[in-house]
Amino acid sequence: MKNLMRAFLSVLFVCLILIVVINRLNTVAGFSGGNTLTVFNWGDYIDEELIDLFEEETGITIVYETFDSNEAMMTKIQQGGTTYDVAVPSEYMVEKMVEEDLLIELDHSKLPNMQYMDERFMDLPFDQGNTYSVPYFWGTVGIIFNPTLLPEGEVISGWNDLWDPALENQILLIDGAREIIGMGLNSLGYSLNDTDPQHLQQALAKLKELTPNVKAIVGDENKMLMANNEAAIAVGWSGDAADIMWENEAIDYVVPEEGSNLWFDNFVIPKTARNVDAAHVFINFLMDPEVAAQNTEYVSYSTPNKEALKYMPEDMVHDERFYPEPELTERLEVYENLGQRNLAHYNELFLQFKMH
Amino acid sequence: MENKLSRNLFMIPYALWIILFVVSPILLVVYFSFFDIEGNFSFINYKNFFTPVYMQMTFSSFWYAFLITVLSLLVAYPTAYLVTRTKHKHLWLLLIIVPSWINLLLKAYAFIGIFGTYGAANSFLEFIGIGSRQLLFTDFSFVFVAVYIFIPFMILPIFNALDNLNPSFVYAAKDLGASKWVTFRRIILPLTMDGIKAGCQVVFIPALSLFMLTRLIAGNQVITLGTAIEQHFLVTQDWGMGSTIAVFLIFIMFIIIGLTGFRKRGA
Repeated sequence: MKNLMRAFLSVLFVCLILIVVINRLNTVAGFSGGNTLTVFNWGDYIDEELIDLFEEETGITIVYETFDSNEAMMTKIQQGGTTYDVAVPSEYMVEKMVEEDLLIELDHSKLPNMQYMDERFMDLPFDQGNTYSVPYFWGTVGIIFNPTLLPEGEVISGWNDLWDPALENQILLIDGAREIIGMGLNSLGYSLNDTDPQHLQQALAKLKELTPNVKAIVGDENKMLMANNEAAIAVGWSGDAADIMWENEAIDYVVPEEGSNLWFDNFVIPKTARNVDAAHVFINFLMDPEVAAQNTEYVSYSTPNKEALKYMPEDMVHDERFYPEPELTERLEVYENLGQRNLAHYNELFLQFKMH
Repeated sequence: MENKLSRNLFMIPYALWIILFVVSPILLVVYFSFFDIEGNFSFINYKNFFTPVYMQMTFSSFWYAFLITVLSLLVAYPTAYLVTRTKHKHLWLLLIIVPSWINLLLKAYAFIGIFGTYGAANSFLEFIGIGSRQLLFTDFSFVFVAVYIFIPFMILPIFNALDNLNPSFVYAAKDLGASKWVTFRRIILPLTMDGIKAGCQVVFIPALSLFMLTRLIAGNQVITLGTAIEQHFLVTQDWGMGSTIAVFLIFIMFIIIGLTGFRKRGA
């Protein structure tokens, strides 16, 4: 008992010392107070060299923190413990944060580089006129597949190919109601923002037919499972596809021809911001075409910056898996905020699909 | 008088603890269960709960929790019995408990590797000539991993019960001519029944609401009430429905504790 107490106390003591040391270091490095900018971004979602470049050019010190889910990010901003100056939520979360009154309006006169952005990705329903946000990266929901594990002669080009009986027990689905119900709706030719109960029932019935082909409904583990050749096909985000391709060269990705979801991660300035000017400078800096090009090469998601494409390697820009032809992007839809009740209905149906 | 006063004073922290962390959360859960998704007072959640979807989910939760409990008991009882016969029984007990110090999530991820198509389990099946097969994302692997995780919790109370068993009862039975089986059935088993009941409670109740394993190991091929609660709270943010399911789980747990409750021996 005495030993246990001693062990406990020593752990506590070491932690305390570390906290003090870190605090000291931060003050010495000028992280508290002064001209600093606190950026809150997804993990591994920026080329770190650009942070150094920005600090050199502007003299602003960046404190960089990461999150791994929109919900976690919003909770932290709501609590207001840290004064985040820039955050990067996805489109539906931008809408929610505006509703909750957590964002500051952007000053467009301080963001001259906005002119380089692709018009297709501006002024979208979730934030009309880009009052609160500018897109950082975009991507799609699609089919990640491993051609070496597919039956001979099997070609995957759209959602309906997944219903092929030859693919028995080969498909990993992402554990998200909007994504999977949306896939059912798209495969029937309906919009993935459809709320007609009859259409949704049809989608559910169609999804239930897919059951024999479904190996599992998983979350982020799908990256590991695909990289290890555990399954031939996974339904997931284009960004995940790029990650898996790094690990397993055989992997390919396709944006389904029937249409799919188009998603955005966006810069916003939360109400917690203390250095609003520096936040604008930072957002503007990352929209500079050359900077955006370098960043995109590192992150390997799709950039909404039209000028940046000119500075990027040819094969990357012409990769239709990540920069689909305009005629296909027209068939892609952004999630609309369907309201609590419809969202609950989507989830109810998804639960029924999982039960099946 | 003073004695009573100081006793009441000492009661305060415990009473506060129980009110704040036991009573009020349960009341809050019950309270939330009476609101629909738009925050209006209604009984709709209870109506929804008695639909085939949730009834089936309740049934499958019970079935799997039952399987997990029975299998853990079948493994744990002989183990606990053998451990009490060994020379360094507390060392052996410690070795059995040690794996429960490792984080549940890590163990689940380890099993993804072991049960994978190219994992250790399949290499072994290949080696002994059965050939590899799909192990991950089946109900077999779900029950297996759950049993693995719960075994230490089942062994502990049974070990204690067996350890406290006065050996003279066993000797007496032998002297009077009872066979080994009769000794076990008539002497050892009844005297360790409290340990078995405690173990079953400790395993059955958490097994009812397992949710992480259902995704990681069973790939959502097994759906329990825990999965539904998680989805309602985190994704739909339909706290009412999530709470309603939780109310039912609490209710069921009271029944189970009532059924398997400790009766004072000799009372």
